[in-house]
Amino acid sequence: MTNDLLKYVLRRADSELVLGHRMSEWCGHGPELEEDIALINISLDHLGQSRSLYQYAAAVDGEAKTEDHYAFQRNERDFGNFLICELPNGHYGNTIARSFFYDVHSLLFYERLVHSADKTLAAIAEKSLKEVKYHFRHSAEWVIRLGDGTEESHAKMQEAIDEIWTYTGELLTDDELDIEMNKQGIGVLNSSLKDAWYNKVEAVLNEATLKIPEGAYFQTGGKSGIHTEHLGYLLAEMQYLPRQHPEATW
Amino acid sequence: MSEEQLQRDFQSKLDAEIRIEPKDWMPDDYRKTLIRQISQHAHSEIVGMLPEGNWITRAPSLRRKVALIAKVQDEAGHGLYLYSAMETLGEPRSKAIDDLHSGKAKYSSIFNYPTLTWADMGAIGWLVDGAAIQNQVPLCRTSYGPYARAMVRVCKEESFHQRQGYEIMMELAKGTPAQKAMAQDALNRWWWPSLMMFGPPDKDSKHTAQSMAWKIKRHTNDELRQAFVDKTVPQGEFIGLTFPDKDLKWNEEKGHYDFGDINWDEFYNVIKGNGPCNKERIKARRAAKENGAWVRDAAAAYAKKKQNKSTEKAA
Ligand SMILES: [Fe+2]
Ligand SMILES: [Fe+2]
Repeated sequence: MTNDLLKYVLRRADSELVLGHRMSEWCGHGPELEEDIALINISLDHLGQSRSLYQYAAAVDGEAKTEDHYAFQRNERDFGNFLICELPNGHYGNTIARSFFYDVHSLLFYERLVHSADKTLAAIAEKSLKEVKYHFRHSAEWVIRLGDGTEESHAKMQEAIDEIWTYTGELLTDDELDIEMNKQGIGVLNSSLKDAWYNKVEAVLNEATLKIPEGAYFQTGGKSGIHTEHLGYLLAEMQYLPRQHPEATW
Repeated sequence: MSEEQLQRDFQSKLDAEIRIEPKDWMPDDYRKTLIRQISQHAHSEIVGMLPEGNWITRAPSLRRKVALIAKVQDEAGHGLYLYSAMETLGEPRSKAIDDLHSGKAKYSSIFNYPTLTWADMGAIGWLVDGAAIQNQVPLCRTSYGPYARAMVRVCKEESFHQRQGYEIMMELAKGTPAQKAMAQDALNRWWWPSLMMFGPPDKDSKHTAQSMAWKIKRHTNDELRQAFVDKTVPQGEFIGLTFPDKDLKWNEEKGHYDFGDINWDEFYNVIKGNGPCNKERIKARRAAKENGAWVRDAAAAYAKKKQNKSTEKAA
């Protein structure tokens, strides 16, 4: 039970950390100064959520672990984040598409998680939900602007949506752990979010004059630690200092 | 009103320490000086995001990562307030940015040095933000209202950055031998460039006298530099680091530290564009602008479509 909860908390934390890390890569390179600030804000929210979850994981774990242990001392195969979170930033449209699909999921997920029987998770969900509402508004507005902006932006946005679509299936399926945690009243079934997710996505894409991709083959593996080739590089960069100086505190 | 009368009014406001506001008459050169100074300052905030941004993905703990990102975000905010203050003088942000990208406008030369290790995040916060505070606190009383008000907000955050940087250095200095060496190396590399941040010595500074008369500047470059040295040296000694200057020592008689000669050749070279990272910094800023062009165009096109639709509805 403790082990299940730990794993469940960690993989959500991993998603927030990895996506927050990716978004922080935009810092200083955004399409305009105001957007730089918005992206940094969102990145900070994701990282803040990951920290709350890692800190809770450390409490559940009970082996005198810290948030930094989970972020910096685990290997590629230990990370349980959704694949979509680790995809490289690409151009601004790619980044927005990635966030948009994830944000819709987060919004629905946290809306349900606030009712979790686990009081800590419920509290984290409540706090996160406020932030995620803003993330969703930000990414959805940009999907619409870019989709219904110029011919060039429309083409770029459609391409981004099509490319990333294959990573959305994972957001809406359950593995044994999801099912178990839901049975205990702690977790949320991703499959239960499916209809609402499609409706929200469809509404935004319609307004953006974009087409819902038809591809029905979805990549999976993130939750069981089978990642894309991108994650290894992200972790190598992120973890190098604490690993190079195992004795050090910072 | 005659030009002379306007000039007299302007001067009497300065004498009475009354702020000059955007709608007030001001001499052309006063306006130009302010535009130059505020835009340089804004550009420094924005270019300054790059050397520290360089370590965001490698920050060694989650707490440090979040603090560093938040700091760089503050700098973006400073850039925004300052560009807004500049725009009240009639200079559009887009023009100022074009001048930065073409090399016509300057920014603080310190940001043309590379950030090589994590300790540089400490050294920059402690020394570079520290020097910035020394320069900027008096600007909270500068004669131009919007600039002074922007600086009040900026200074609050800069002093937070300075403490955060010093804390990074302190942690490293009391850490493992490798960490301590990293901290010392960063101090060695950033010390002299930080002293150059105050600009050329008073005897060679072509703008200082006029800027002081206009109460844009309140202290000379050398006064500010001395105050910075006096404040910073004990902080470094306190955490067991040494300064890369054999002439640095307390002068009891003057009540100040004496310090060695600054390499002004290096300073002028970096200003001319020959610093280690000048080209990369401007290239990064240009790339951000060019890569974002389609995004800004799309946002503008979409806003226009929206507007047309709402005027159609209204009609
Ligand atoms: Fe700043
Ligand atoms: Fe700062």
